[in-house]
Amino acid sequence: MSDVLYQSVVLERSRNPRHAGRPVVFMAEGQSENRMCGDKVSVFLDGALLRHEALGCTILAASAELMCEAATGKTVDEIATLSDKFEHLLKTGQEIPELGELNALASIAQYPSRLRCATLPWSALRDALARAGSAGDSASG
Amino acid sequence: MSITTLPLDVHAIRQDFPILSQKVHGKPFVFLDSGASAQKPKQVIEAMRFVMEEQYANVHRGLHYMSEKASDAYENVRDKVAELLNAGSREEIVFTRNATESINLVAYTWGRSTLKPGDAVAVSEMEHHANLVPWQMLRDAHGTELRIIKITDSGELDWNSLEEVFADGKVKLLALTHMSNVLGTYTPVERLAKFAHAHGARILLDGSQAIVHRAVDVRAIDADFYVFSGHKLYGPTGIGVLYAKADILEAMPPFMGGGDMIVSVSYQKSTWARPPHRFEAGTPAIIETIGLGAAIDYVRAIGFDAIAAHEQHLTEHALATLNQVEGLRILGSAQDRGGVFSFVMKDAHAHDIATLLDRQGIAVRAGHHCAEPLMGRLGVSSTARASLGLYTLPEEIDALATGLERVRKIFA
Ligand SMILES: Cc1ncc(COP(=O)(O)O)c(C=O)c1O
Repeated sequence: MSDVLYQSVVLERSRNPRHAGRPVVFMAEGQSENRMCGDKVSVFLDGALLRHEALGCTILAASAELMCEAATGKTVDEIATLSDKFEHLLKTGQEIPELGELNALASIAQYPSRLRCATLPWSALRDALARAGSAGDSASG
Repeated sequence: MSITTLPLDVHAIRQDFPILSQKVHGKPFVFLDSGASAQKPKQVIEAMRFVMEEQYANVHRGLHYMSEKASDAYENVRDKVAELLNAGSREEIVFTRNATESINLVAYTWGRSTLKPGDAVAVSEMEHHANLVPWQMLRDAHGTELRIIKITDSGELDWNSLEEVFADGKVKLLALTHMSNVLGTYTPVERLAKFAHAHGARILLDGSQAIVHRAVDVRAIDADFYVFSGHKLYGPTGIGVLYAKADILEAMPPFMGGGDMIVSVSYQKSTWARPPHRFEAGTPAIIETIGLGAAIDYVRAIGFDAIAAHEQHLTEHALATLNQVEGLRILGSAQDRGGVFSFVMKDAHAHDIATLLDRQGIAVRAGHHCAEPLMGRLGVSSTARASLGLYTLPEEIDALATGLERVRKIFA
């Protein structure tokens, strides 16, 4: 069956994650949960390292993987821009060259009920960045 | 599977449900989510149109022709519900918005007036949130205890646990589902009512699922409270039912205050109307109630014997067919079970299953089914669920199985 959403990149990334698993030490953890379905994701920051622990569907797992890959080494501002572009992609379905492999999720636009699955890791990342930021604040103050 | 063996003329029945002839994503619409809400026959749609076009005014209020017509049609549905449930009298039928509101009504009024702090309410591990959260709220507001009766791995009530929960004599209400919306299990309600009564407790049955599939006789069961929603019984949304024994209702204080529920009002004091009107404050869902009446006429004309036989046949077919899908596991295997199947698949998450089926025109539900604690008990975070209605064809079960085979291949 050809189903545009479940193309090989998405299946492959969810099956063979390269950025999954809780690190032993990390600087900040962010979480996000979809109360509707019980899916959960945690994102761990440790310096330049970005890892995730996704408990849920294929789309969530693939999105978390692709996000970790795309956001590693980026500044907070760059991540915010990336996140905006990614949301735009999910809503319009129009691929944006600088999103690279994240474009594999473009067809979410045709599956509005699955939008949250793809955005969940990004809200966990925002949460992690906020925590890392406030931890930094209190350390310096 | 040949359709000649069906006890119902399902193809003729399907003609009554306009939505079923639609295509979804270019495929015939296979609707396997009736357990969440059922589709509506044109008899219901027509009855609602008729009342709006030809018989509409507020009820119980106007001394004019239209109001009398509408009031008669509305009150007539109370008789139909009383007959459907074999209630002792029409005054035992209270109209609410849905099963959820019915249970909240009982928790709020009966719970606070009859239960004392320290008394306990017992529910099972397989309740819908609608039959759990109101009792938690009562516990927190009123100091009652909430106890949980375990289920077995097959998804049946654990009788040992039931006895333990009742052992100290504190349980004053057993609030249970008549049929699980996740596992399909029917609970042995007559036996449970006897048990509760022998232990000095009342019994409330959540009939949201059961009422659709079986003839329910509240007097034979000896239920103290029985609740259901119209929208699962092929009727409209916005109308639900609370049945309670007359003496219980008579002793219950009102739920909400306002018009229609009083005898007299002054600034000092108001006196309450007798049941059922005491519990129906404000303008009711007139049009929806009349729609429910048409739905009841519809299912009774087909007959619950025929509906139950058809669904039994489909259930057996579904269990046999789904069990052949490699890597698929159906949750619950109760002896007495109906046409609700929750399942998980190796390597495929429930949402991915639902999305992929949807693209083939097949509607199933995915998630926790408003039963999060039960998901925990079963050791899963979510399941996919197929549920049947009187219009379901064996071919639709076959389409589901074929669809699931495709899902399996994608994730294999
Ligand atoms: C067993 C059970 N109880 C209660 C409910 C709640 O029904 P409603 O949302 O119509 O109040 C449902 C519906 O999902 C149900 O399946």
